[in-house]
Amino acid sequence: MTKSTDVRVRVTEVETVALGIKRFTLVPVDGRQLPEFSGGAHTVVTMPDGDRLRRNPYSLMSSPFDGSKYQISVLRTENSRGGSHYLHDHVAVGSELSISQPVNLFAIDRRCRRHIFIAGGIGITPFLAMATQLEREAQAFELHYAMRSRPRGAYVDHLVERYGHRVHTYVDDEGQVLPLGRLLSGQPLGTHIYVCGPSAMIDWVLTAAREAGWPDENVHYERFLAPPGGKPFNIELAKSKTSVTVGEHQSMLEAIEAAGVDAPYLCRGGACGQCETNVVSCTGALHHNDHYLADDEKASGKKIMICVSRIDGEKIVLDL
Amino acid sequence: MLMPGMKSRPVYPGFKADTFARLNIIAIEGEGANALLDMAKTVTSEFFERTTILFSATGPDAGAHEARLRALNANALWVFPTLATTMFRLRGTLATLTVGTRLYAAGTEPFLGSVIQEAGLVGIDHASIITEHRGSAKRRVQCVHCKGLTEDVTTNPVVCAHCGLHLLVRDHYSRRLAAFQGVCIDAEVPGERPETEELYK
Repeated sequence: MTKSTDVRVRVTEVETVALGIKRFTLVPVDGRQLPEFSGGAHTVVTMPDGDRLRRNPYSLMSSPFDGSKYQISVLRTENSRGGSHYLHDHVAVGSELSISQPVNLFAIDRRCRRHIFIAGGIGITPFLAMATQLEREAQAFELHYAMRSRPRGAYVDHLVERYGHRVHTYVDDEGQVLPLGRLLSGQPLGTHIYVCGPSAMIDWVLTAAREAGWPDENVHYERFLAPPGGKPFNIELAKSKTSVTVGEHQSMLEAIEAAGVDAPYLCRGGACGQCETNVVSCTGALHHNDHYLADDEKASGKKIMICVSRIDGEKIVLDL
Repeated sequence: MLMPGMKSRPVYPGFKADTFARLNIIAIEGEGANALLDMAKTVTSEFFERTTILFSATGPDAGAHEARLRALNANALWVFPTLATTMFRLRGTLATLTVGTRLYAAGTEPFLGSVIQEAGLVGIDHASIITEHRGSAKRRVQCVHCKGLTEDVTTNPVVCAHCGLHLLVRDHYSRRLAAFQGVCIDAEVPGERPETEELYK
């Protein structure tokens, strides 16, 4: 189900766009058009890393209206589980990869009248596509882009050249701070804030917005979690009548896929809810790492998001 | 067709104070005053220093409700004789406000629908409006045939005030129109229709 709609793509260009950040241009192998998408969408890239398949979500940053290619920008992260290292170290012009159809969990709210984008570091990527879209639709937006240092700030020149005064940058090591308090005050009704960046930055914005009286509906964010590792354990799949072992650095979803069972997923980052799975029984404690399930659902022990959560114990029986 | 679980049927969860808001705009109709008086017990007087109340003085005991609202000592209390005048003021009020304002509405369903409709025009998401249904269960109904709106509908079926068709009042709701949909109930055999029941008193 989920696999059959993937698209084979060839890497036609790899550029270093900032310190530690590479842009990959992906073109369909069969020469057909890729679907247009909406700003904020991501694709899940499948990477054949040795004997295992890695699947990571990356925001689409090229023009949403250009079906001839997709572009993603990838930061080589130090504590990566391997996805970004694989792309940086093993993928070059001519490499082939599989990508999923675009999925948008961070869409522009079309009812809103004013859009404020807040980006931290590599979190700039979805806003590149969103800005292209809003520019074409003649909608008002402004972008506030914080980065650790100038060499790490991808696309600053491009953004400033194209959008001028709508772009504001804040360079950490030059002592510049994003004026969040000012951004959150005096905005006309109908203003929405969108934030993408490091987890701590997202928390900072969400908390400040709530304390400034912003309704939840006016604040959008995207945060993909990497599944944390842990002790190995077993999964019994009740419907498939099989069992698999989840390794130390593997997610339940990855282990289930490696066993040849096609489990549903979209974001693989604990955000979208697609992989919500019923727990039949569990010997051990559920460790919920997602931000999708409500607290009472987590406490009930009846559901788990298999893309990022795991158990501390021996065995979990899933309704899969 | 009066089916339970109709997705468009709005839910009004009830008043609960958002103490983070910088400014509160509270639109009240008639018996909706009681929703605010109940919530007032859960907040400090400081909440009302940042609060403007728009009161549509309609329905039973409007004078008594107005007196109780006045006793809350809100920053401002504006009183209007009709729904239309209340909405006119609401529109003017919202036009200049900023995010961080929290909008509340309590009263009958047509009133709540009108507030949500006005708020939508300035980009306030309906889900961020704190609502409570008080008073009559009367409905505003749009005739899907002539598109006319019939106010204060308490029966099913109801006669369209515009084209005169007998309408089945459905739970199918339009937030854009702030009205339930009414469909001709005797289209197959004119005149053959069920007893009129007072469902929305």
